[in-house]
Formats: sequence, structure tokens, C-alpha cells
Amino acid sequence: MLVLAVDTATPAVTAGVVEFTVELAGENSDGAPRLLAERVTVDARAHGELLTPHLRDALAEAGRALSEVDAIVCGVGPGPFTGLRAGMVTAAALGHALDRPVYPVCTLDAIAADRPGEPVLVVTDARRREVYWAAYDARGARTAGPEVAPPAEVADRLADLGVTRVAGPPVFDFGLPAVGPEHPSPVGLVAVARADLAAGAEPGALTPLYLRRPDAVEPGARKRVSRV
Amino acid sequence: MTIILGIESSCDETGVGIVRLDRDGGLTLLADEVASSVEQHARFGGVVPEVASRAHLEAMVPTMRRAMTAADIALSDVDAIAVTCGPGLAGALLVGVSAAKAYATALNVPLYGVNHLAGHVAADTLEHGPLPTPTLALLVSGGHSQLLRVDDLAGKITEIGSTIDDAAGEAYDKVARVIGLPYPGGPPIDRAAQRGNPTAIAFPRGLTGPRDAKYDFSFSGLKTAVARWVEARERDGEEVPIDDVAASFQEAVADVLTAKAVRAATELGINTMVISGGVAANSRIKALAAQRCQAAGIELRVPRPRLCTDNGAMMAALGAHLVAAGVKPSSLDLSANPALPVATVSV
Ligand SMILES: [Zn+2]
Repeated sequence: MLVLAVDTATPAVTAGVVEFTVELAGENSDGAPRLLAERVTVDARAHGELLTPHLRDALAEAGRALSEVDAIVCGVGPGPFTGLRAGMVTAAALGHALDRPVYPVCTLDAIAADRPGEPVLVVTDARRREVYWAAYDARGARTAGPEVAPPAEVADRLADLGVTRVAGPPVFDFGLPAVGPEHPSPVGLVAVARADLAAGAEPGALTPLYLRRPDAVEPGARKRVSRV
Repeated sequence: MTIILGIESSCDETGVGIVRLDRDGGLTLLADEVASSVEQHARFGGVVPEVASRAHLEAMVPTMRRAMTAADIALSDVDAIAVTCGPGLAGALLVGVSAAKAYATALNVPLYGVNHLAGHVAADTLEHGPLPTPTLALLVSGGHSQLLRVDDLAGKITEIGSTIDDAAGEAYDKVARVIGLPYPGGPPIDRAAQRGNPTAIAFPRGLTGPRDAKYDFSFSGLKTAVARWVEARERDGEEVPIDDVAASFQEAVADVLTAKAVRAATELGINTMVISGGVAANSRIKALAAQRCQAAGIELRVPRPRLCTDNGAMMAALGAHLVAAGVKPSSLDLSANPALPVATVSV
């Protein structure tokens, strides 16, 4: 199965071409997602500019055509960047134009999928001195989150969360070993959606995880312009 | 024949339009679908960029599907895509530009990143055919108030005047708030003005003094003058004659816009004027422009209201002019430019 993976929920502009074999008789480790090609640029201001060229270039390097793609996997955040929408609308439009399903994946899940083995806290920069975070057990299953909070609040909960490592940018010292990565990989994104992809499941709604309301205040009483 | 898809997302309307360009250069509008987030902004009294951007993301593919159905074509029939890459709200533009790149790549068709303001002018060619050279365009909306000299829709547009503060539509929204009318202010003020006396209150005409920039506009002083006048009444415990305030305000706006536009056309020797943008639907501006253009021997063209407000059809029309003129398509790494100058018709 040939899958395009995109994510723009972190400062990274991520595009990759991933392939895996679907076992007819149940799950098999031979079917793990395999990276054919990727293009990643870390630049929070370049999502809109670079994502489609990255997809095109990754496909070219993989020697595959868009028409061969079976499905698209898209990170849906949480993410504070306007750029989050660049990835999501790109995936939605490709899915429409190619008539292929688009599978939404929590970006933090994809980061956790890249670091299996021990319970891990995944954080990403939410700006405004806050982080998006989620906790995962040793098998990579999410046990808490995703939420947005000041890092000190998350640090206070570490014992409860039972995590022993942290993945994400060094925005705060959680007192845990840092294991990276700071952004999801194409293989991580596809790994999270792998079971649904293999089963041909109906994709969930392609809805961004904003976790915050828009900043907008309703106007109060009219301001007077006259000096009284 | 060539099928051109237009995508617009510079403000609060997600627009997808489809235009057919025939061999003889004729344009036929096949679809014009718009999803508006205007109601979500109403309680804030103005467009909230993050709210608009979120709405664009939700609406983009559904609006595209509706446009395909309306035009009764398949995506594979599309030959070229034109997308607004500026000017406008950065986050809003990003959604349309990203979608357009994805569609263009998946369909393997050329992509044109185009100027929203030029699109407003191109809208008129869908209704009234090719523009004579040169044409004077007056663009008035919540976001723009500009006088443009259009020598070639596909490449040569020159700004000869613009607002130095608020756009005309912004003044409408603010005045509506002052006299207790809903957002957006254009339609309710226009309705109230029909019942009022346009000469009841002498509101100021901005930038009309002998030493002022003759083709530029200013609506900030007018808006403040209306607020002062209303507050003075309220302070004296008198009832505010809403209809007269609306009519007198609207008269001031229409007077300045049409007087400057007609003066520009006359002085520059231009015989055709196009008025477009959301405020072009205003009844008084249209009527006064018609009267003054006729007196000055200028042909006036105003597209129907649906084509005056932001939409994808106008961007498709502009794309069709670029295709017809053989203009080079944009690169796939084009980016949105919130401050794109009007002289840049395509990037
Ligand atoms: Zn506009």
C-alpha cells in the first residue's frame, strides 16, 4: 500500500512517501511501514510555500506517481501555527482530486510512534508559553491528552502520568531524559493509521485539533469619540 | 475551449468559480459557489482572521464539490487553476493557495497565483464582455477603496488613488454600529437611507480640499463626524433620526467616491468606468455614478451584486484572461502575499 504522509502542525514542513504490505492473514511484522522518500524543512513560516513542492519532490525521488497513491495520512495537530491548515487543506484537496481516503492522525501520537519502548511524554510548542502534550504507555497507546497547558503544570503531573522520557523541543526542563524527535516522521504518521489503512476503514473527520478558541472579543459598549 | 477554476479565500468568503474560455475569447460562467463566514463575525463587529481561516478550511472541499456539480463537470475537465494569492488576510489566503497547489498538482494543470483586486475588475467581463483600453476601475468594499487604471487585465494595472485610512465598507460597518444597525453595515444603512433625507445633515467630504490628493480617499473623519453628531444628540436627550443620519452619511460616501472617480476618468481621458466590490451594490453609489458618468460622457459598467462581492468566479475570469494572453503560470512554491501590490496581476 502506497501512502502519502503530511504534517504541518509543528515548525517542520513534513512530506513523505511510505509503503507497507498488507497481510491478508492477520497482522505480521513484515508489514511495517517503510520510508521510500521524504522532504522535511523546519521553518514555521514556510508551510504554505513548501508543502506541495516537498510532496512532488518526495514522490519523484520514490519513483512513484500521485496516481499510484492509495491513501493519504495527515497530521491534524494540535498545532498553533497557521501552517497547520496548510497541511490539512492540502491533504483534503489531494484526497478529493485523487479520490483517495485521507486519514487524520494526532500529531503527538505520530511522534510517540517514533519512540516506542517506554512510557513517554510528548510535547510540542504551543507558543504563548504553553505546550501541547499527551502521555503514552510502553506500547505507544495514549494514556492522557492531548491538552494545552503551561509546561510547569504538565511537570506537576509527571508522577501520575508514569512517563519516564520526554519527546519534543527543549522548551522546558521536565527532569526526564529527552529522546526527541521534535516533529513527526512520515513513518510515524503512517504507523498510527496503519491498522485503519490496512482494513480500509472509513476515515474519521479531518478536523484540526486546535484546543484553543480563536482570540476574539465581542465589542463592549460603544466607545465615545467626543471629549465631554 | 478551456475550463478555468478560480479559488478565492482572501477574507471571509470561500469562493470557487468555474469559467469556460472559448476559442474566440468569450467567457461563460459555469459555476460560482460561495461559502460565507460572515455570520460568525457579526457578533464581533468585523472579520476575525482566525475565525475566517478556520471557516475556509472547513468549506474549501465542500465548496469545490458544489461548484463541480453546478457546472456539471468533473475535476479532470479542469485545464487551469487561478487562486487569489493576495492582497488579503494571511491565514485566510494560505488556505486557498495551499488547496489550489494541491488541486493543480493532482490534476497536473497550470496554476496562476493572481491578484484579488484585478479579480474584482475581471468580474465585470463575465457580464459585460471585454474591457475597452484603458478602463477606470473604482473598487469599493469592506477591504478596499481604490481607483485603478486598467490598460490590460492580464498585466498592466496602475493604482491612481486609494484610501489613506478606512475602506468605504469599514466606514459603513462603524457607522452602522453607532446608529444601532447590524453588521455588516452596508445593506441596513442603504435601506434606512431610502427613508431618510440625504441633505438633512452636512457631513464632511474627506480629502476634497483644493490641496488634497485629488484621487485618494479618506473615510475616517466622516465616520468620526457621524459619531460626534449622534453623541451630541444623545447627550441633549434628543432622539437620533437614524434614517436621516444613514441617508446623509451615505450621500457623503457616494458623493466623494463618484466625484473623484469621474474626475479621474475625465482628467485621464478614460471613457469607461467599472465599479466593483461589495459596496458597488449600494443603491445610492450606483445611482449617483450613473448620473455623473452620463453627464461626463463616460460609459458605466457595474456587475450584478453577486459578482461584485468576493467570489471564485472573478478569480476564474482573471485566470481566463491570463490563459488567453499566454501569461506564464506561477511556480508551485508560490506563497500568499497579504500585501500584494495591485500592479502585480499574477506572480
Ligand atoms: Zn474583495
